[in-house]
Amino acid sequence: MGFLDRMSTVVQSKMEKIMGRMEDPRETLDLSYEKQLKLLQDVKRGVAEVTTSKKRMEMQKSKLQMNLDKLDSQARDALQAGREDLAKKALENKAALQGQSEHLDQQVADLTEQQQKLVAAESRLATKVESFRTRKESIKAQYSAAEAQVRITESVTGISEEMADVGMAVQKAEEKTENMKARSAALDDLLESGTLTDYTGGDELGREIAQAKAKSSVDDELARMKAEMNIEIKELK
Amino acid sequence: MIIRILGIGQFKLDDRHIDSLNKIDNQIVEHVSKGREKEFRADLARIISMIQESGEAIDPAEIISSDIIVPPADMTLEEARQVFCGEGLIKG
Repeated sequence: MGFLDRMSTVVQSKMEKIMGRMEDPRETLDLSYEKQLKLLQDVKRGVAEVTTSKKRMEMQKSKLQMNLDKLDSQARDALQAGREDLAKKALENKAALQGQSEHLDQQVADLTEQQQKLVAAESRLATKVESFRTRKESIKAQYSAAEAQVRITESVTGISEEMADVGMAVQKAEEKTENMKARSAALDDLLESGTLTDYTGGDELGREIAQAKAKSSVDDELARMKAEMNIEIKELK
Repeated sequence: MIIRILGIGQFKLDDRHIDSLNKIDNQIVEHVSKGREKEFRADLARIISMIQESGEAIDPAEIISSDIIVPPADMTLEEARQVFCGEGLIKG
């Protein structure tokens, strides 16, 4: 059996679950319509969830960027103070954070893709649901129960296929957001527990660099004073 | 024939394309059974672009059943395996 045949079987079984048993034709139409509206709500909620997740990641990204910038300026300060060892340490920490930052970029890109897919799915489904609603009313008004049966089966089957498709997209987006939520919470913990912030302000490296910077400015000032006084002494002579 | 590409929509494709479709389909079966992820993705992408290029997009307002269902381009080899296992990639 081909791959596409298998795929159709999989979707078929999903559709059967969506359709349920079609006993009373008119009831089937209304029941399907109710399910369609519910699915539309689910897709909208999915879009909102993905958007929230994405915003959260973007915030983390800017927090990380601040840390990166800070480490970069610390490395410069250390170099200026003649402490290459400290500058190296700051840059090593920066490289470690850089990896996290690139990973976040990837996740944001992934979520953007999910968001676009869901928005497109929502629009396709909304169009079909509206068209189903019109058709449903016309079937009810124009046909006897027996005549309506064929048309109802056609419509319900057709829209159930769309519903199975959209349902899959929602499920996939949900799985991705769930996964990312867990990872993003872990990163939040890192940022808050200080494992990452240790790399920057208020930490040992930061203090050392600050001390080196202070020492170098004291040395500079001393040299300046010496130079001035030397001039003064020369002038006195 | 009517084809649905999951996540994209439905297309009308002339029956004369069915042979080339079947050919790629058989290759995909091979890739999945031999665990060739790269080739699987390439052929899946090939099927999808072939349908989009040679087929005619169906208005989303139309309510019509498909003859063939094509998985989304981002399907992984693992998901494809599940399709074959009968377990199905869609739960519930």
